Amino acid sequence: MIRLENVHKHYAAGRAALAEVDLEIARGEVFGIIGRSGAGKSTLVRLLNGLERPSGGRVLVDGIDLANLDGAGLRALRRRVGMIFQNFGLLSARTVFDNVALPLRIAGADAATIRARVPELLARVGLADYGTRYPAQLSGGQKQRVGIARALATGPDILLCDEATSALDPETTRSTLALIADLNRELGLTIVLITHEMEVVRQVCDRVAVLHAGRLVERGAVADVFLAPGTAETRALLHEDEAAATPIPFDGAVLRLTLRGEAVAAPVLSRIARETGTDVAILDGRVGQFKDERFSQLTLGLSGGDTKAALAALHGLGAVAA
Amino acid sequence: MSGFFAHVDWAEIVQATLDTLVMLGGSLLLTLLIGLPLGVLLFLTGPGGPWRSRVANGALALLVNLLRSVPFIILLIVMIPVTVLLVGTSLGVAGAIPPLVVGAAPFFARLVETALREVDRNTIEAVQAMGATTRDLVFRALLPEALPGIVAGATVTAIALVSFTAMAGVVGAGGLGDLAIRFGYQRFQTDVMLVTVALLLALVQLLQMAGDALVRRFTRT
Repeated sequence: MIRLENVHKHYAAGRAALAEVDLEIARGEVFGIIGRSGAGKSTLVRLLNGLERPSGGRVLVDGIDLANLDGAGLRALRRRVGMIFQNFGLLSARTVFDNVALPLRIAGADAATIRARVPELLARVGLADYGTRYPAQLSGGQKQRVGIARALATGPDILLCDEATSALDPETTRSTLALIADLNRELGLTIVLITHEMEVVRQVCDRVAVLHAGRLVERGAVADVFLAPGTAETRALLHEDEAAATPIPFDGAVLRLTLRGEAVAAPVLSRIARETGTDVAILDGRVGQFKDERFSQLTLGLSGGDTKAALAALHGLGAVAA
Repeated sequence: MSGFFAHVDWAEIVQATLDTLVMLGGSLLLTLLIGLPLGVLLFLTGPGGPWRSRVANGALALLVNLLRSVPFIILLIVMIPVTVLLVGTSLGVAGAIPPLVVGAAPFFARLVETALREVDRNTIEAVQAMGATTRDLVFRALLPEALPGIVAGATVTAIALVSFTAMAGVVGAGGLGDLAIRFGYQRFQTDVMLVTVALLLALVQLLQMAGDALVRRFTRT
């Protein structure tokens, strides 16, 4: 659906914003791009609808090289690519209705179409009664819902989210992400989501790429990257480096056990402890939920009993020395 | 010829007030008509604008800065041949309008440009990302969003024009400023001076209040 081939971007002055970026995003997936501020995320997402032009390399959307599009071609493509923003980007002088109607008016839709389509879109984001309000009268979460309704107005195949939840509180972030996940499921939208928060990626994304100083340093299924980060940059984003800097002192074998899916519900620790007579201490850990899979990841300390047998049993479950 | 307002010829005051209002109205209208597109062009060709061009923006900025750096009193005199060419005379109300417009339009253009820069970056990007043409962007997003700032700029410009019209009295433009200089200042008729200043003050006050009311009317935040 979206392909970047050896994309470079540098501005007139200063270092490269993006270098050697290769990326492929499949139709219908929720793809996260995570990185610190200044990593080049915003530039990257703006390449996908031509708000930015690459200095080198190719950007292909649905097989179309954006560099080959003229003004009209680019505008036509943009109607198939919705975008939402950190600061919402609503017109403050226009009502909610007129904000959502704007892409339709720009696309040349007639008044009857607009009267029918806008209430539909507002109902879809749960703002059916808000058409006559002005953005200043809405909460942050409501503003972002208007942004989403507006982005969907022209019936796009792709939705770009530029730090769309970064200005929202945790509760509103969750509900906004839930809406985005619903849209992905119901409309089959391909979603590209830029964020600096791993939690956002964990909740909605299928795959993730880690951007650091303009380069993609890691990518993969969210669960794999989250549970077994392969680079120092990813560990830093997960705050894993902090945990590693202050290990808990423990006299005995220390391992890290990761369970995913149905295995999470299996009472493995108590069984191993009972069978081997080994005491199991939980030194660190996290449990939670990816988009469609539960996980638990525990750092365990073993002491006493038949430690050897306990270690073997845990290694059998995929535990590794920590 | 007794009493404080002994020197005041009220018929002349009325005529001068009307002259000032006509000069102000005419020059303000033309200033807005010329300054607004100029300000939009400055913004569109500027850094980050959809028509960004260092050459075009540099040329526009040079023109604007050139006109703004000439003191108005000099502009009045330098403009005389051009004014005669445009309106057939360099005297009276008609003769004052071309230099007033040339003096005020670049000033207003800069205020328009500043107001457009205040429009949220995400809002501009959002409208571009919808597949808007630059024309759509200007008329459906930039101007409506910047309207309160543009109206505030027009108010400042109108008030600057009031003092410019007073100066235009020097080249025989007529109006309240002319009256103040010829009678109030040059003939030491303090009462005439007071009346003209009071009328100019009332005019400025009215303009400011009307401008503020319009800004409130258009502000939705």
